[in-house]
Amino acid sequence: MGKNLAGKTATIIAVLVIFCYGIFFGFNAPKMGSLKSLITNNIQLGLDLKGGTHLVLEVHVAEAIASETDRDVARIEDAFQKAGINATVGKTDPARPQTIIISGIPPAKLGDARAILQGNEYSSYDVAATADGNSTLTMKPGAIRDLETRTLDTSIETIRERVDKLGVAEPVIQKYGLGENQILVELPGISNPEEVEEVIQSTAKLSIHAVTGGPYETDQAAMQANGGIIPADSMLVRGSAAAGAPDSVWLLKRVSEVEGTDFRDAQPSTDQNGRPNITFNLTTEAGDRFYKYTEAHSATSAAPGSMAIVLDNKVREVASINSAIRDRGEIEGGFTPEQAKDLSLMLRTGALPATISYLETRTVGPSLGAASIHQGVIAAIAGMLAVMVFMLVYYRGAGINADLALILNLIILLGFMGFSRSTLTLPGIAGVILTIGMGVDSNVLIFERIREELRSGKTAAAAVDQGFKHALTTIIDTHVTTIVSALILFLFGTGPVRGFAVTLAFGLFANLFTAVFVSRVIFDSHLDKQQRGAALSI
Amino acid sequence: MSLELFRSTNIDWLGKKWYFLGFSLIFSVAGVFSMLFWHHIPLGVDFKGGTQIRVAFDKTPNEDHLRQAMDQAGVKDFRIQRVSDPSGQAANKVIIALPESTATDQSHDAGRLAVERALAANYHDSVATIEQVEIVGPTAGKQLQKQAAWATVYSLIGMLIYLWFRFELIYGVAAVVAVFHDTLITVGAFSLTNQEITLTVIAAILTLIGYSMNDTIVVFDRIRENLALSRKESLHDVVNRSINQTLSRTVISSGLTFLTVLSLYLFGGEVLHGFSFALVVGILIGTYSSIAVAAPMLVAYQDWRAKRGKIASLPAGKRAKV
Repeated sequence: MGKNLAGKTATIIAVLVIFCYGIFFGFNAPKMGSLKSLITNNIQLGLDLKGGTHLVLEVHVAEAIASETDRDVARIEDAFQKAGINATVGKTDPARPQTIIISGIPPAKLGDARAILQGNEYSSYDVAATADGNSTLTMKPGAIRDLETRTLDTSIETIRERVDKLGVAEPVIQKYGLGENQILVELPGISNPEEVEEVIQSTAKLSIHAVTGGPYETDQAAMQANGGIIPADSMLVRGSAAAGAPDSVWLLKRVSEVEGTDFRDAQPSTDQNGRPNITFNLTTEAGDRFYKYTEAHSATSAAPGSMAIVLDNKVREVASINSAIRDRGEIEGGFTPEQAKDLSLMLRTGALPATISYLETRTVGPSLGAASIHQGVIAAIAGMLAVMVFMLVYYRGAGINADLALILNLIILLGFMGFSRSTLTLPGIAGVILTIGMGVDSNVLIFERIREELRSGKTAAAAVDQGFKHALTTIIDTHVTTIVSALILFLFGTGPVRGFAVTLAFGLFANLFTAVFVSRVIFDSHLDKQQRGAALSI
Repeated sequence: MSLELFRSTNIDWLGKKWYFLGFSLIFSVAGVFSMLFWHHIPLGVDFKGGTQIRVAFDKTPNEDHLRQAMDQAGVKDFRIQRVSDPSGQAANKVIIALPESTATDQSHDAGRLAVERALAANYHDSVATIEQVEIVGPTAGKQLQKQAAWATVYSLIGMLIYLWFRFELIYGVAAVVAVFHDTLITVGAFSLTNQEITLTVIAAILTLIGYSMNDTIVVFDRIRENLALSRKESLHDVVNRSINQTLSRTVISSGLTFLTVLSLYLFGGEVLHGFSFALVVGILIGTYSSIAVAAPMLVAYQDWRAKRGKIASLPAGKRAKV
């Protein structure tokens, strides 16, 4: 009939084959396997179907800034001491950790002090001199931003390493766009919160501080023992429950002797009495610093001291310094073998530069996930059958047309999912079901119009022609509005809602193709075989 | 002969507008009253923060014992709700919810741990398995609220712009009023039945907004087509005729979509319960509003303009005698 039916039919069959391939294999090469296993391996399932944990963490980057300035305070003090300058270096305002205030510089030494401060080590600061001879160093905003980004990136890397070591399959660890300094972590297959804590908790912030006083019963007792105030270079830290002394408070030096990042290696082992302990290696630079400190405070020195291992801002362990330690040492203190192993892992894989807090936790157990899939699939099949039966009964011959289009629709939709590796979530399955209903709407529009035209006396061919023509604008209108809806849901939605937006959008695109092109071809090829003027089964 | 449910109907839809208004008012007002005074707007943990734990038991759980178990362990302000499948089979599950104070950013896990320990220590009727945990702290809660709000705003703006291009402004306004009516009644339904509004429910509501708009567009498209064809008919008659002509398509199409959504509601499981409820209500109301709210509003607006001396002009540049 000159309508190139053969070409169009070939196109449809090609589409069918291509998208069938997409369902089972996506863009990969074909391989053997049962139908079910092929599909489940190819189509990604969301956490709500697979089971797993979704976390939003916040990294307290301000702490990294505070640590950095603390370290610089210590360096300046050191440099001034060497140069014989007697001044007070400190941070007086805890709310503005990026500012260091140096006061009391003897006028004679002002030049030397300035020279030191203009040095390269402090290039990330803006140096300002105040009227009364003081100097303030304020970290440049660019440097602060830089530090914040680095802290966030390091945190992401560290968490990723930990998660890798625990063998979680296909985890997601990335920046979370809804807020500042937030990380999204998705761990498929892990839905036990204890397990999650083991992974994430092990990325706690760790440092070793000199103990200047303690243990005290309460904050007040600590302050009383120090003349009623907390010295500017110290801080109060509580013990952690894991150390068995949650109510004790220690006075620790604010600037740490060793940071988590200074550990090169740490292994669980046993001491000469067979008790579990941890042997560690520090980096050379850290080793030098540590040596200076431990030598000055070892048991044989004039001022023997102890050091506290601080984990996540809580005192985990207090150990006395037996002898000077350079870069190899042991940490002992009543560990169980498990604790020794965990702590070594923490030290080994590098601790976080700042503490993290949990903002959002969602876990789905595997049984709930499986039940959801099961129920979703049943709902989809039930819905589809209901629709298909109705179309057959109400539109008879044309109903077959609609049903074929519906099946092709589903194949294209699932094929899209397979090709694009989009994640199928539970609302996504709902989106498939909704697409079935909305998709068949296009067919109803066209068929009703065709019936109207037939009623007004047109021939079958003319009615089909008119029907498609008039319905086309409305079909496009309705599809565009819903696709825009889906787009907005995709942009603003979280994981499960995105899955819904994706299946809805794909389904509607598929529907545009099947309702307008495929249905037409089926009608045309049917009319081709009919006699002119024969009745249309609709 | 073919099966045709709506062959050449000739109902005076606009004439019934007062019945429609009454019907809409009853449901809207009931919903609003519930939102203000009764159940208010039940917000899910996504928006109000807190802890929500879905626990499955291998035997039917005894709610009183559960409450005692929580009290014994010192858990406060908890709420226990049975999960019932819409198909009528009450699953052996409960949802234990704790308020926002248990999920601060500092002690995010406190609520969950407390409930877990309470169950392990004090509940001995059957074995409890925790199937699902949702903990939303205040920061995350605010962020999610903002997301939902923006999504809604952009959706509506997007649709209004689209309608503005395709139709005259009054059509857009009438459609948006219909959509607002649908949303009000749907949210009212959630309030009346005390179901929680979560993020997925918002997604469902945005979808039904799209659906209602679609439905209204179909009728408006026909009105526009008929206006272009006939010059002598009054707007009143044209609108009535358009609705009658599209009635077949409207009822069948909505009916089919409703069938699929009903299937989701009945078989789709407990997790999607709120989502599918929103769609079930939304599709019914969305279809109803195209005929009962959007179309009469269109005519009413033109009547009002005519009374003020302006001749109604409608798309396609044709004037209709009002």
